[in-house]
Amino acid sequence: MSRPILLTAALAAVGLLAAGCSAGSGSTGGSGGGETRTDIVIAHTAEPTNLDFTTTSGAAIPQALMENVYESLVRIDQSGEVQPALAKSWELSDDRLTYTFLLDENATFSTGDPVTAEDVKFSYERVVSDDWTNALSAKMDIIETIETPDEHTVEITLERPSNGWLFELASLVGAVFSPDGVGDLANEAVGSGPYTVEKFTRGQEIVFAKRDDYAGAAPGTLDEVTFRYFGDAVAAANALKSGQVDVIGSLQAPELTAEFEADDTKQVIEGTTNGEVLLSMNNAEGVFSDQRVREAVLHGIDEQAVLDTAWGGKGTLIGGMVPPTDPYYEDLTDVWPTDVERAKELIAEAGVEGESISFTVPSLPYAQASAEIVAAQLGEIGLNAEIETQEFPAVWIEQTMTEKDYDMSVVNHAEARDLLTVFGEGYYTGYDTSRIADTALAADQGSEEEYVEGMKEVARTITEDAAAGFLFLFPNLIVADAAVTGLPENAVSDAFAISGLGWSEG
Amino acid sequence: MSALLSRLLQFLLTVWAATVVVFALMQVLPGNAAQVAAGLQATPEDVARIEAEFGLDRPLPVQYLDWVGGMLRGDFGTSYVTHVPISPLIADSVQVTLILVLASMAVALLIAVPVGSTAALLRGRAAGAVLSGLSQVGVAVPNFLAAILLVMVFSLGLGWFPSSGWQAPIEGFGGFLSHLVLPVLALALVQAAILTRYVRSAVLEVLREDYLRTARAKGRTAAGALAVHGLRNAAIPVITVAGVQLATLLVGAVVIEQVFVLPGIGSELIRAVQNRDLLTVQGIVMVLVLMVLVLNLVIDLLYTVLDPRVRSRS
Repeated sequence: MSRPILLTAALAAVGLLAAGCSAGSGSTGGSGGGETRTDIVIAHTAEPTNLDFTTTSGAAIPQALMENVYESLVRIDQSGEVQPALAKSWELSDDRLTYTFLLDENATFSTGDPVTAEDVKFSYERVVSDDWTNALSAKMDIIETIETPDEHTVEITLERPSNGWLFELASLVGAVFSPDGVGDLANEAVGSGPYTVEKFTRGQEIVFAKRDDYAGAAPGTLDEVTFRYFGDAVAAANALKSGQVDVIGSLQAPELTAEFEADDTKQVIEGTTNGEVLLSMNNAEGVFSDQRVREAVLHGIDEQAVLDTAWGGKGTLIGGMVPPTDPYYEDLTDVWPTDVERAKELIAEAGVEGESISFTVPSLPYAQASAEIVAAQLGEIGLNAEIETQEFPAVWIEQTMTEKDYDMSVVNHAEARDLLTVFGEGYYTGYDTSRIADTALAADQGSEEEYVEGMKEVARTITEDAAAGFLFLFPNLIVADAAVTGLPENAVSDAFAISGLGWSEG
Repeated sequence: MSALLSRLLQFLLTVWAATVVVFALMQVLPGNAAQVAAGLQATPEDVARIEAEFGLDRPLPVQYLDWVGGMLRGDFGTSYVTHVPISPLIADSVQVTLILVLASMAVALLIAVPVGSTAALLRGRAAGAVLSGLSQVGVAVPNFLAAILLVMVFSLGLGWFPSSGWQAPIEGFGGFLSHLVLPVLALALVQAAILTRYVRSAVLEVLREDYLRTARAKGRTAAGALAVHGLRNAAIPVITVAGVQLATLLVGAVVIEQVFVLPGIGSELIRAVQNRDLLTVQGIVMVLVLMVLVLNLVIDLLYTVLDPRVRSRS
């Protein structure tokens, strides 16, 4: 115990007593009055463990860094369309194999060096090397060659045509690095985006500073943006109420929205995400290998009731693995209408009345809440769901996802366009992939119309096979000071882009 | 002197045993660090590659010796999750927690000693009963409830103090204090209630002693006699309890750090456990164990300073 600490503690104790007598003003004001602010503080939930998404999985790192610090050649806009980013334009060859990207020649890294075709080649070859241990890097395995005919042109040739690839390129696998900037990725992020990481205080916050030399497609408006991390939704809500933060990026307690909706100084934005809250059933083993039992479950559960009870009615019913912002979205909620009688018949037919099922539930608020009501509804149709809470991520990933030691689970699959992964070979859903593999491959290689039609068929087949229950689409609930402008309604990509944020005048 | 030596030897043996227990416990914790790092989309090959990178594929005795050897040099290793050295991380977060805990204990004592003594002196009168009753209520309130109530009243209601967050003293002492008020009060009020009861009974004990009667007989007031002759004797049982309560405060701080989003060692520990950052967990748990052991050692040594009778016995 060093003396400075003792001294500080003693001083603090004295100061605290003084503060108790003369109440000081602690909180900073929100908006309003005087000049328009040039900074903003945004509350988020999950904190990045480090700044390196090439070796560390999880949504928190790309949420903070993609589009803000790192840029890809392309990005996804609010309606789910692919838009230019580092590439100002691109062309696809007639055989649909080669993409020719024209780079924005004004783009520079935060070191001042221009972004060149060589940097793109370096970055994408690095994705498929051993330097990347993030499993998402597999999305770039389809690349056959990368050519750089001149300083601002990149030609990427794929092994086979793929409609999905350009979309994937907008995610973290497409991030362009400077060869000089990959030495200490965990602690230092060197990218071409409109902001740099000014300060990363573990356990607290990341402060982004605007780059004045940025000449790319998405310049920032605010000088300083802070992401502050709150593990607890109530603490985040309190911080917003007391003016310590200006925005809650994703409110994890929907029951708190009513209070903010009634408050004129706040705005509530309700959009969509890519997160399907999946009621997964082990198709490969146990009682749910019988499709009739899975169908019974889907007839037995009332998704609207689950959504209302578990998540305050915030969210969207989808009935399938595709969010409305994807081009191949289709409303599949009518495929398995709630029909308790039919469910009981199916249970009787399969001879599993009163069967116990192991329902492994991650220790997450939405999952716990959903599981309770699902278990109650399954009780109505004669299935005895035994809920076992598993710590998330560590225990759930090991026992449910990796060892597949479960009958039923519920988890939010938050990745964009992830239906082929979640219902892919070897994944914990245990789905018979031969049902969709050919259609999915043909769709990926076909024309854009064929892609949309083919993927619709894939999604419909998965739903019709009762491969899993689709409880609801996780909402994007943003609560903010009413004067904040430019907040993204839908969370369409893995980034929380800050360059469009601002304050309304006054 | 030999008593002191044997006490120190006992301390060192306990520390060594603690390293073995802590290390062994980490091995049976369910969940695999490499798997958590690799994420929801990982293949078994990905996981194996990360395990090798982390050094988790080495034999356990090698991992243990590597860890203990590093600690002897003050190096807790580099976290394979955050990729930063663990020692500075622990040092930073321990500071936050120590400031919180020590300031809380100081505030608690500043409240408990006068209130407890007064309650003892006023025993049998209405005011004394009220003070005892209040301390009973205080003991029954959990820290986190006190924290939530304080935030509702003083942050959301009156807007006097921020509801969460931390500011280091070097970034401005005013901001540091205003962030510290509510968490310290949440810990200290409950603690003060507990200590008040001990102070009261210790003082009552002392008031019955012959030397106080003598002091009164020589013309001192009850309060005066207590202040000059009694408090030092009453301090011994109170310090014992305060020492034990410091360890409880550490545990309470873990909860309070969560409520107020403070970057203390409790927050670090929870984050590290969630990420299965075992090396960091090991380091933090070891530091916590050390702190409690040192605390006990210091209390033992303090007795000899405060009480000549203990000194002569040993």
